[in-house]
Amino acid sequence: MAKKSNTKIEWNYAASPESTSHVSIKESYDLYIDGKWVKPSSGIYFPTTNPATEEVLSQIAHGNEVDVDLAVKAARKAHDTVWSKMPAKERGKYIYRLARMMQERARELSVIETLDSGKTIRESRDIDIPLACNHLFYYAGWADKLDYAFPLRKAQSLGVAGQIIPWNFPLLMAAWKLGPALAAGNTVVLKPAETTSLTALKLAEIIHDAGFPPGVINIVTGFGDTGAAIVNHKDVNKIAFTGSTSVGKLIQKALVGTGKKLTLELGGKSANIIFEDAAIDQAVEGIVNGIFFNQGHVCCAGSRLYVQESVADKVIHKLKHRIESLYVGDPLDKNTDIGAINSKEQLQTIQKYIEIGKNEGAEIYQPKCTLPSKGYFCAPTLFTDVAQSNRIAQEEIFGPVLTIQTFRTVDEVIQKANNSPYGLAAGVWTEKGSRIFNLTTKLRAGVVWANTYNKFDPTSPFGGYKESGFGREGGLHGLEAYVKFI
Amino acid sequence: MERLEILKTYKIYIGGQFPRTESGRYYPLNDKKGKVIANICLSSKKDARNAVLAARKAFGPWSERTAFNRGQILYRIAEMLEGRREQFIAELQVQGKSKVEAVKELDFSIDRIVYYAGWADKYLQVLSSVNPVASSHFNFSSLEPTGVVGILAPKNSSLLGLVSLVMPVIVGGNTCVVLSSASMPLCAITFAEVLNSSDLPGGVVNILTGDVNETIGTLSSHMDINAIAFATTEQKISIVIENNAVLNIKRLRDFSSTVWELDESQNLHSIADFQEVKTTWHPIENIGGASSSY
Repeated sequence: MAKKSNTKIEWNYAASPESTSHVSIKESYDLYIDGKWVKPSSGIYFPTTNPATEEVLSQIAHGNEVDVDLAVKAARKAHDTVWSKMPAKERGKYIYRLARMMQERARELSVIETLDSGKTIRESRDIDIPLACNHLFYYAGWADKLDYAFPLRKAQSLGVAGQIIPWNFPLLMAAWKLGPALAAGNTVVLKPAETTSLTALKLAEIIHDAGFPPGVINIVTGFGDTGAAIVNHKDVNKIAFTGSTSVGKLIQKALVGTGKKLTLELGGKSANIIFEDAAIDQAVEGIVNGIFFNQGHVCCAGSRLYVQESVADKVIHKLKHRIESLYVGDPLDKNTDIGAINSKEQLQTIQKYIEIGKNEGAEIYQPKCTLPSKGYFCAPTLFTDVAQSNRIAQEEIFGPVLTIQTFRTVDEVIQKANNSPYGLAAGVWTEKGSRIFNLTTKLRAGVVWANTYNKFDPTSPFGGYKESGFGREGGLHGLEAYVKFI
Repeated sequence: MERLEILKTYKIYIGGQFPRTESGRYYPLNDKKGKVIANICLSSKKDARNAVLAARKAFGPWSERTAFNRGQILYRIAEMLEGRREQFIAELQVQGKSKVEAVKELDFSIDRIVYYAGWADKYLQVLSSVNPVASSHFNFSSLEPTGVVGILAPKNSSLLGLVSLVMPVIVGGNTCVVLSSASMPLCAITFAEVLNSSDLPGGVVNILTGDVNETIGTLSSHMDINAIAFATTEQKISIVIENNAVLNIKRLRDFSSTVWELDESQNLHSIADFQEVKTTWHPIENIGGASSSY
């Protein structure tokens, strides 16, 4: 008979790393403008590193105002002369072709995404890259059906769209933004985040191979100043931004009086709520997926856990047990559950918040896992004894850090969950249907998951209430961000 | 001796009540000949904040009314307005319209309320969707009201402009604080009396009179206002609104170039502009049916 276990189970697997042999990364990358690779006018390149090893992967061009101007001019020309003029079904076919060619190179894209961002290969292979392709497939089909999307209104492209992409889902967010923009006849100047430019540059290669007319999609790499140059360019008609609420506010401010159309997909501090009648084991998996998916670098991460008091001890016990078996380490290893933190800066931010949590009097729990000696890693972290007013329960940490609070009544948890300037997402776990719909309608959030969490789909509109931004990405509702009505 | 007319006191409308401005200030409204018609409340920043409190308090219950009930109440507003025709026509004339113009503006206003009343239990069907996600989930997107909306009514349209901005906002379950036209405040306040006798819960619509320059800053920077609908010809004011909106990512809708007399100015989109899209996911058990082995 097996010994009754209060001994720790050793979860040791043989290493199972994904091969990088089929991946080619150039020593340096220029800007992709007007269908050509262009050297940055500043001549400056910056290194992009693998956050799991701290090794430099490549040198990336730092675009400035001059480069952005060139890109906007190319996009304007492409919009006015080619892209908005061609039959909509032809536009759709270009986007279909792009989606297919991305699928064909999915494995390569997955590996590069993992190398450059630190996310696990399981995630980039099974979620990021397939979803990115599917997103383009979805919007390709809208190109010649816009009249059905907006009954009684004639939709027209806006012109040049400036798109600023975050580092947490580099290629997926690029696809989210490109799909509806291109389908509606806009041309694009896209800036990936400075720590994760590589898949966007690979995408430029694919765009080139797919034969897109020059200037339809321009990719300008760089830092915040590069993004600011796009935001402030006079000939840009639309800005789409995904990132932090603080930067979102800077952008909204910069656009005052310009008449540029804006959509913002910003931060969150989403509540994940477990009722006593929930299927507890499933709920625990949902909590883990909610906060530790992509190292917690998820704007809609379920970072505030609310557990009904009667089951709190049980849930917390099971949760602690569950995270003992999470594998933190080499993102390329197919066993790994939690990969590398995206950058040194982000790791420092997370560590700062962990200190804040301790100083605020919350109780910390981390499993006994050994972190790799090189690279940026953070153990999955739980905080109990958290007060609603604690900074760790109010501010977005963007890392694998979960605050746990308890509640007694439905009314109480709705109040607590909604007590946030954010309103991006929420999760509800209960077996009672009427309770699910009470919660899902009363939680002020743009996406609500009932008995599941962190699910995404091209047909499913995504976006926030309140300070989590405005506008939707995905689905029919995502098209509106890229059209004007005449 | 000719009978002495009873003059009406025009007060502001907050939380279903008609207080004077807390500031005790007023401004005189004169007719064309310079004769004083009324002393109008010169609302203060504090009045604006009080109005936001009332609107926030009313938001929960109003947004949870059934769509059918909201439609009934809006229709009731139209009934009440129709019943007060002569008063509104007279006030519109005092504010400078000809009889013919006044009748037209009133007719437009009443019909517009009925138009939006009819949308109450329909816009959700038209604008919602069931989304065919590629996993075993039931996924749907529906609309929910944005929250408390600040409304800057147009300067040059005393009744129709105000009605046209307020109705699409409240039919969708939002509540609002309205800054009415300073030069044409009479209909705004009389319209508040109509609202107050229409089963519309107090606080759903709050109406202030006075100098917009003084109150717009408070309203547009208020952290408990979620969106602003505005119609203004002054760029200075729209810049203030846009700048302040950044504080809490307010949704802005600019109706400055809308011609309220046109049929196109009433539409479904004005309702959608003050709605948030909510997407809900739920797992689907996938056993039997077409995949049955029996």
